[in-house]
Amino acid sequence: MSDKLIDLINISKSYDGQVVLDEMDLYIRDNEFLTLLGPSGCGKTTTLRIIGGFETPDTGKVIFQGKDITNLPPNQRDLNTVFQKYALFTHMTVEENIAFGLRIKKKSRQYIKDKIDYALKLVNLDGYGKRSVDSLSGGQQQRIAIARAIVNEPKLLLLDEPLGALDLKLRQDMQYELIRLKNELGITFIYVTHDQEEALTMSDTIVVMNQGYIQQIGSPEAIYNEPKNAFVADFIGESNIIDGIMIEDKLVRILGAKFPCVDTGFGTNRPVDVVIRPEDVELVAPEAGTIAGTVTSLIFKGVHYEMDVMANGYEWLVHSTKMFPVGEAVGIHVDPFNIQIMNKPESEDEEAVTIDE
Amino acid sequence: MNKKQRRALSQLMLSGPYTVWMAGFIVIPLFLIVYYGMTTKAGAFTWENITAITSSVNLKALWLSVELSFICTVICLVLSYPLAMILANSKMKNSSLTAFLFILPMWMNALLRTLAWLTLLENNGVINTVLKAIGLPAIHIINTPTAIVFGMVYNYIPFMILPIYNVLVKLDRNVINAARDLGANAVQTFLRVILPLSVPGIISGITMVFVPSLTTFAISDILGGSKILLLGNIIEQKFKTANNWHAGSGLSLVLMVFIIITMVVSSHYEKDGESASVW
Repeated sequence: MSDKLIDLINISKSYDGQVVLDEMDLYIRDNEFLTLLGPSGCGKTTTLRIIGGFETPDTGKVIFQGKDITNLPPNQRDLNTVFQKYALFTHMTVEENIAFGLRIKKKSRQYIKDKIDYALKLVNLDGYGKRSVDSLSGGQQQRIAIARAIVNEPKLLLLDEPLGALDLKLRQDMQYELIRLKNELGITFIYVTHDQEEALTMSDTIVVMNQGYIQQIGSPEAIYNEPKNAFVADFIGESNIIDGIMIEDKLVRILGAKFPCVDTGFGTNRPVDVVIRPEDVELVAPEAGTIAGTVTSLIFKGVHYEMDVMANGYEWLVHSTKMFPVGEAVGIHVDPFNIQIMNKPESEDEEAVTIDE
Repeated sequence: MNKKQRRALSQLMLSGPYTVWMAGFIVIPLFLIVYYGMTTKAGAFTWENITAITSSVNLKALWLSVELSFICTVICLVLSYPLAMILANSKMKNSSLTAFLFILPMWMNALLRTLAWLTLLENNGVINTVLKAIGLPAIHIINTPTAIVFGMVYNYIPFMILPIYNVLVKLDRNVINAARDLGANAVQTFLRVILPLSVPGIISGITMVFVPSLTTFAISDILGGSKILLLGNIIEQKFKTANNWHAGSGLSLVLMVFIIITMVVSSHYEKDGESASVW
């Protein structure tokens, strides 16, 4: 997992003066499942389209297997794309769709037939070859789109929100299916989505993007547990993001109370953003907590209760398996290990906490 | 009056005007044409009005009609497709305005437009005057089938451009991208994806151009100088000059058969409801 399969160097792109990507650097290793995650308009799809060859960057280079492919047209790139809403050829049967790339490459009839059979089996649509594309459900069409791409044995598969049009249950099934496919085929996936759960489930590496900038690159655990800034924290799951002052190493003041934490190196009396995940907030007896508050709302969510607790002027979001009725006085305790300290954004570029979706 | 009755009444009142319209202006005239076409002046049944098509004059006119309509349709298709593609792909903000400009002539009276061609194509018309002025020999176009084809193409080309443009503009960009992504170059992408997917528009355009070309009499009258007779002209003469409605109706029925064949063929190619409507 050390080879760089694809290397994006200093990529910028703007449309009509609107900057979509700003001097982005990113590399993807061989056999990695990398997800570009962000709200709409963050530049993730543009990144994918630049790799696929459907857009040319204004500046920068795309290096693929050591070769500069920045100006190569899509048909000369050794990679394939699974498009949003499938983009199947509706005038062809399932078989003809899958065979399209192979026929262009003038493969033998037997080779094409074998490949079609193999691909249909792989996506669990054995026997659907003669069907017309229109007669398939959304999920089936999606599988055909994937089959159509992978028969060409690309080194790299680009997936542009491929599950966006499917309903929840099917989407979850397809997530596992994609992981299985990836493992079976041993090719690199670059996956674009705005769904953080999807990203967490499937990826080896997540790239969180916003307004044309990479906010954080890391494993799903790292992104979730140690978000680098308020945007990432807010975008990846629900969280309490509170203004705080780092008094000294391992001690932060939030909402007038001092909370011990484990972070160091922020200096003394420095304003910071503090992230506490709702499941990390422990509700205890009022006198046992670091600060005290009152439960203002209670919703049963199945796995847990979701509660709002008003304490020192901030409404805390709390997930807990223990139920506290509305109006109950409670204390809030947070394990030092579960407090995540982040620098305040330094420039306007990083300041992008609003999620425009 | 109960609810059900009231509902029935309101349905009747709403559909009434359309029913009257369809009966009065479509169904009854059609029956009248069939009636006239299959009877003699005395009112007796006959096939003669229809079999009259086999007379050499009529057969020649029918053949010329089909031939000129075919040529006109081919020319329209060849001219329209690239244009529709350019319009559909243009990144111009006002590409719909450009499309609009191409159909603008349709807002003028068809007769007027055809008369304008007369002034252009006449032996002493604008074109020949210009040719003479720059020292080139004059060309004789007016009163030839070529002139009629000119007029037809000019009058009917918007009906070819629009349906093709409509199909192309609705084509998912990603379908084209997918073809490119799978290794097809620009030509392969066009031949294997864009062209087959635009067939409904092409078929629709062919119908919209071929049928009126086949039945026209005004264009051939003006630009053919009454010397070249299309079947439309013969039918017109039967009604207006010879005052023989029976003969005219008989020939109309023959023409209708050709139109029905065209319609059947084209509807065969149009996928369920996905046909490219003109507007």
